[in-house]
Amino acid sequence: MRTALVIGLLAAVLASGCGGGGGGQTILADGSSTVGPFTTRAAESFKQENSGVDVTVGISGTGGGFERFCAGETDLSNASRPIEEDEQQLCADAGVEYVELPVANDALTVVVNPANDWATCLTVEQLRSIWEPRSTVKSWRDVDASFPNEPLRLYGPGTDSGTFDYFTGEIVGEEGESRTDYQASEDDNVIVEGVSGDNGALGYFGFSYYEGNQDRVKAVEVDDGSGCIAPSAQAAQDGTYTPLSRPLFVYAKTSSLQRSEVAEFLRYMLDNGAEIAEQAQFVPATSEQLTDANARLDAAIGQ
Amino acid sequence: MAVHDSAAPLTLRAPRRRYSEDIVRIVLLMAAFVSVVTTFAIIISLLRPAIEFFTEISPWEFFAGTTWTPLFLEGEFGVVPLLVGTLVITFWACLVAIPCGLGTAIFLSEYANPRVRAVLKPVLEVLAGIPTIVYGYFALTFFTPFLRDIGVQVEIFNVLAAGLVMGVMLIPLVASLSEDAMFAVPNELRDGGYALGATRRQVATRIVVPAATSGIVASFVLAISRGIGETMIVLIAAGQLAQISADPRVSLETMTAFIGATAQGDVPTGSIEYKTIFAVGLALFVITLAMNIVSIRLVRRFREVYE
Amino acid sequence: MSTAAAPIGRPRRDVRGGLFYLLLLFSVGLALLTLAVLVGDVILDGGSWVTKTLLLDPPSVDPEIAGARPAILATIYLGLLVLLLTVPLGVATALYLEEYADKERWYNRFLEVNIQNLAGVPSIVYGILGLAFIVRGIGLGRVLLAGAIILTLLTLPTVIIASREAIRAVPDSIRQGAYALGATHWQVVRRQVLPAAIPGIATGSILALSRAIGETAPLLMIGALTYVSFDPTILGAFTALPVQIYNWIRQPQDEFKLLAAAAIIVLLVIMLLLNSVAIIIRNRYQKRW
Repeated sequence: MRTALVIGLLAAVLASGCGGGGGGQTILADGSSTVGPFTTRAAESFKQENSGVDVTVGISGTGGGFERFCAGETDLSNASRPIEEDEQQLCADAGVEYVELPVANDALTVVVNPANDWATCLTVEQLRSIWEPRSTVKSWRDVDASFPNEPLRLYGPGTDSGTFDYFTGEIVGEEGESRTDYQASEDDNVIVEGVSGDNGALGYFGFSYYEGNQDRVKAVEVDDGSGCIAPSAQAAQDGTYTPLSRPLFVYAKTSSLQRSEVAEFLRYMLDNGAEIAEQAQFVPATSEQLTDANARLDAAIGQ
Repeated sequence: MAVHDSAAPLTLRAPRRRYSEDIVRIVLLMAAFVSVVTTFAIIISLLRPAIEFFTEISPWEFFAGTTWTPLFLEGEFGVVPLLVGTLVITFWACLVAIPCGLGTAIFLSEYANPRVRAVLKPVLEVLAGIPTIVYGYFALTFFTPFLRDIGVQVEIFNVLAAGLVMGVMLIPLVASLSEDAMFAVPNELRDGGYALGATRRQVATRIVVPAATSGIVASFVLAISRGIGETMIVLIAAGQLAQISADPRVSLETMTAFIGATAQGDVPTGSIEYKTIFAVGLALFVITLAMNIVSIRLVRRFREVYE
Repeated sequence: MSTAAAPIGRPRRDVRGGLFYLLLLFSVGLALLTLAVLVGDVILDGGSWVTKTLLLDPPSVDPEIAGARPAILATIYLGLLVLLLTVPLGVATALYLEEYADKERWYNRFLEVNIQNLAGVPSIVYGILGLAFIVRGIGLGRVLLAGAIILTLLTLPTVIIASREAIRAVPDSIRQGAYALGATHWQVVRRQVLPAAIPGIATGSILALSRAIGETAPLLMIGALTYVSFDPTILGAFTALPVQIYNWIRQPQDEFKLLAAAAIIVLLVIMLLLNSVAIIIRNRYQKRW
């Protein structure tokens, strides 16, 4: 008797675990940990208006996201850099068609510990000397003779990260070229943690992570030859913050777009982009980017 | 069964073969087989990609190389930094776990009265049951700031916090196994010692502990093995910097932390980076397997001597 | 030594013994102190954050409204699935080894050694196994069921060992009595041995289960680290409570660290409940032979 009761209870609970669940409408997104919070914020707001739709957002990194995307495992791929040629080939081989939508911008920010009062502005050359492969820069004095002799502790994204690709491409000169003796993590939160914990620390990640942690890290102004520019939404949008301004993308599978909830979600993301960007502390897309994105989305849905 | 007429002679018939008995036996054997399948699955799932890995990277480079940057463009695949990270952190853990565990065991076995034992043993069980992620949280958010407060200049991710906290996690393991071993020592030996005028300390250290040596050593070996295989504490508190250093204030990456962190970012199946997970996993499996076998042998030895 | 009655003087103060005793107390004290500090720290950090929001709401990027509901549900489902899978398999294996296996045969000895080795394999290796075989190999994907299978394999050796102890504890006289009454082997096992061993088996299984739901590493390996805002289903994406805790620990904002502490409290309470049930079963139903 009691056994039957227990088994009945177990079955009831398990049955509730099967089916039902997310109402059947799930959108799978993965990719950049920079863009991830933007998509997540959009997903949360969207869910408030369309409770039947659930979006899961993974943060495997831009590269990892594309792998899953081209393997057909995800509907959307968040990316902090454009899709590369070999990734395009991968998708083409698998028959995955997609549309590229710029959804926001980013002012890739170089950060240091708040106690660091000497490195307020760094030139691109100085950054390159720090981050190039086999760099021998071990202390701040090596960066600039006027800096104190504080040991340099580096934190940065791992090799699967679009931020990594973009930064190395712009600063060091070629994508993927970087020194290897730093704390690498796909999760930018770990970089914030690291930089905020060591006086001599330096790291880099997307602007939203800086905006959200201004009490824990300090932004460094970047001098690309025309003066020290601080990262900001304005500077990113009008192009003065060089070379570290970049667009952020969401790639959507054309076949997934045929599902109304996916199309609606992306439309929602573009229409409310400014608001989402503000809440998630991103740099919003410019109006040109939005017009372009909407046009692309229309074309893709129409197919 | 037929009812026998009392006049007819009783014949000894062979019992009807009950096939249900055989079926039961086979079903149970199949269940037991699951464990064998698991072992083979582990070995195969590790071996295949690992062998593929070793056809691309020479074993010499892997085992003797001192730079570990497998995910970068011109990757280097020397596993020594990971080994160093694992062993250094385990060393600090054992520095705490072995003395305190053994001390606790001696206390429980030779000194504590039943009331104290009744309280202490459950408390140790609680300590043993705490999930390792809680220890990781503790190491990062309490212990590292604590170390800095008392003047030890540790980096935010460091070996010392992870190692010492892991040591506390291992104390119950050492304590309970050592105590079992000491419990098995016959009281006659103790009584003999007391009869000759030995103090409690002398009985404990000169009679009981030496008699229980194999069990105690087994507990040490098992603790080391657990420490080597531990993931969450090091993943949270020790960081991700694969380097060779004896300084406990810096960050080191262990084999387990590498596997755990790399698998989170989605590495494509079949890539060389994916295979490094398995190569390192194989090394980890072999090391812990060897230690576990040693420890099981030792436990068997001490059980045999007294039973 | 003289045989004359030596005067019994006061024994010398055993300084070394006293010091040794202090050393032992210190060892014990360190373990106790750390436990107290750890629990105290977690409660202080997270106590005020254990709210209805935490228990009933989905996670969010905003710590004020973030909850762990999908994670808690997933952990409960995982626990039930693991229980459902390990107990039959574990008890069956234990029965085979204790009641049916000829201990002299090499394959049975191999089986025993095998199980003991499996009990010592690091949990992350089980995670690798799960990733290679279950998520990718048979293509199940990163779903709750995959997590349950991996945790089952992880827990099985412990359940087997505990069940064997329980079965072994049943006195042989019970078995012999049943045989004497004409029972077959299976009848003896099913009607005498098993019922007698059930309290021990239940205790062991529940304790093993309690450890299993605290495991993080294997679940991380199979991709349970995603932002999941909906209630989990068996064949759907999931994130379990330990993984949610890990996720929150990694957020640099202090509020998320406190949330992590609160979630830890929830996890510890669940484990405490399970352990209490196990101990109650042990105390109330354990037969004293």
